[in-house]
Amino acid sequence: MRLRTFLAAGAVASVAMAGAAQAEDMTIVSWGGAYSASQMNAYHKPYMEMNEGVNIINDESAAEAVAKLRAMAEAGNTTWDVVDVVASDAIRLCDEGLAMEIDVDSVLAAAPDGSPASKDFGEFLVTPCFVPQIVYSTTFGYRTDLVGDTPPKNVCAVFDLENYPGKRSLEKRPINNMEWALMCDGVAMADIYDVLATEEGQAQAFAKLDTIKDEVVWWSAGADTPQLLADGEIVIGSTYNGRLFKLIEEDKQPVAMLWDGQVFDLDGWIVPANLSDERKKRALHYLNFATDTQRLADQAKYISYGPARASSAPLVGKHASLGIEMGPHMPNHPDNLSNTLLYNYEFWADYRDDIDAKFQTWLAK
Amino acid sequence: MANGEGVSGPILAADGRPLKQSLARALRMQKMRALALIAPLLIFILVTFAAPIADMLFRSIENSIVPATLPLTVKALEDWDDASGKPPGEEAFAALHKDLLVAVDAKAHTKLGSRLNYEQTGIASLLRKTGRHVKRMKEDGNLAAQFAKVHKGWADPETWGTVKRFSGSHTSGYFLNAVDARLGSGGIEARPDNERIYIFLFERTLFLSIVITVSCLLIGYPVAFLLATLPMRTSNVLMILVLLPFWTSLLVRTSAWKVLLQQQGVINDTLVFVGLVADDARLAMINNQTGTIIAMTHILLPFMILPLYSVMRTIPPSYMRAAKSLGATDWTAFWRVYFPQSVPGIGAGSILVFILSIGYYITPELVGGTSGTFISNRIAYHISSSLNWGLAAALGVILLIVVLVLYWLYDRIVGIDNVKLG
Repeated sequence: MRLRTFLAAGAVASVAMAGAAQAEDMTIVSWGGAYSASQMNAYHKPYMEMNEGVNIINDESAAEAVAKLRAMAEAGNTTWDVVDVVASDAIRLCDEGLAMEIDVDSVLAAAPDGSPASKDFGEFLVTPCFVPQIVYSTTFGYRTDLVGDTPPKNVCAVFDLENYPGKRSLEKRPINNMEWALMCDGVAMADIYDVLATEEGQAQAFAKLDTIKDEVVWWSAGADTPQLLADGEIVIGSTYNGRLFKLIEEDKQPVAMLWDGQVFDLDGWIVPANLSDERKKRALHYLNFATDTQRLADQAKYISYGPARASSAPLVGKHASLGIEMGPHMPNHPDNLSNTLLYNYEFWADYRDDIDAKFQTWLAK
Repeated sequence: MANGEGVSGPILAADGRPLKQSLARALRMQKMRALALIAPLLIFILVTFAAPIADMLFRSIENSIVPATLPLTVKALEDWDDASGKPPGEEAFAALHKDLLVAVDAKAHTKLGSRLNYEQTGIASLLRKTGRHVKRMKEDGNLAAQFAKVHKGWADPETWGTVKRFSGSHTSGYFLNAVDARLGSGGIEARPDNERIYIFLFERTLFLSIVITVSCLLIGYPVAFLLATLPMRTSNVLMILVLLPFWTSLLVRTSAWKVLLQQQGVINDTLVFVGLVADDARLAMINNQTGTIIAMTHILLPFMILPLYSVMRTIPPSYMRAAKSLGATDWTAFWRVYFPQSVPGIGAGSILVFILSIGYYITPELVGGTSGTFISNRIAYHISSSLNWGLAAALGVILLIVVLVLYWLYDRIVGIDNVKLG
């Protein structure tokens, strides 16, 4: 009898708790590590302080977000509220109907000078489902002690085995590598994607990559190149600029940054499709706060990624713990813009499967 | 005969029912009770294991998205000849227009685009772009020109050929892709040389799995022999050494190999220090096949040692002594008497290691570089990154069939009764 009462009480309590939890919890998916920490400091903490009763749960599975969102949608039970993804994944989620379309001007805050959000984000609004958050770049870092007296100034140093002998690391996917190969094989910046769309152009890129194939360590996790650089395994390697910033400024490794040839990419938020009205409202409310001008500028205090709003750039200040000026470390700082590419979303949405199959075949043989 | 004559009708039980009937009833009750006992496990396995796998395997032929999104177009294309070299007539474009109006509202056209882009590069953006314009088109009898104006791909018969070839609710497209072939306008054809990868990867997976199994056996057999023949107290201590890595996280062990094997790593540093290897010619032992073989042999070793050990424990030491007392040398006694009795353990260990390694994913991904990755790495890529679940499912089906065929072969040659786990 007593047991039964106990169980009944437990059941009532757990139902009550589940009800309460539903009213408060908001699951935000992101990449983990220093990046999630920067979001926690710049967005989540102030948001939770302002909105008592909202509890943000950090989930770190952004790397598999597309596959998981699809599985959740098929199971009819989407448990995520706001998801941080790269722009190319946002496009795919939008294509598949897994992310909701967001009317940026009505949902997001205007810039301090009153110009609407759509203007403030400008060309970074690459798909109707996507709210950009940061601009990051994939670029190269090199060991200052292994390059002699002539440190590389140009991205083509990666292909220059004569002056910069040793291993180099590249990401294990065609995106960016094909562009760099063509860029260093004499193709003009403006023509890269036209060339890459042809069989001959792809063959040309592979031929260029062939010249260094034996010296390349292929990475698949963003942490690989920093570790390889720190261990002296490689002379030069590509990774995300924020990882290199940490390696150079926080870990004080003998590594320097090569901004030349950096490829910009965007990272930002999507809201899964088919959320209940209440959850959707809360997610959009959060987005309005987390992507306003000041908040985006705040994030740059913790990590060296550039805010996606034009109006945030002048507000970028000093690093929260290192105290160094963050402006020059932003990939989109004017000094770093000499020779850059923006990830071509349309092109890679079409050619990704095709070129990837060729790339993997090329790698394996 | 004489006894039987006295009995008229069936034998009755105490309660007057026919004995056969009440016996069957009692047995049925027993069976039901047994079934009820295993029911939780059975249902659990069916719901969480068998059903999802069956569902995933079904995706390798599933193609309902095309006929469901473009029902009228599929119908209109029935009379169009794929090999004619010309795009279909106006009625096909009219049907496409009607289909797309519905599809755009349901946002199904971009999904269709992702599906067909697996077969023909460029269809994703073709449909995305067309979707933006389709509402502005006018049904004035010249839709063909309007479509071609939005995207020149609609004037290309190749686009229509792809739609027609993949218009069934089931498709062989994924399986063909998984064996480096494709369905072209002239039927099934091999892919161009620079896109053939999957058969090569299947072969490499099999080859590396065999190498790993053999090296596990070569290293594991003496260890198991030692464990089985040493006195209990010593062998227990040694057993902990075998089990300790077994209890350590897989990722930790794999990362440890990275630290040991890399070019600036412990082993290379030592070799350079001793003078065996020149500083500028350090050995490449990781991010290639060697790395995969070393790391996976280490990780799978306990799966070889444990079954070997438990079989060897049951071999009476007196047999070896008897052989020797009859004049056999140490080697003959081992090879003719001991070894044949340990074969069931070799079989069990080899099957375990081989089947585990053929589907291994994380270790090759971390230490395999480009020459040491398995087919499972491509399957994972298609599940989580390219989202081509159909192709991933087809590759999975093939891998499953390969394993079952090998198992069948093993049963034919060695006999599955000869496998013992102890």
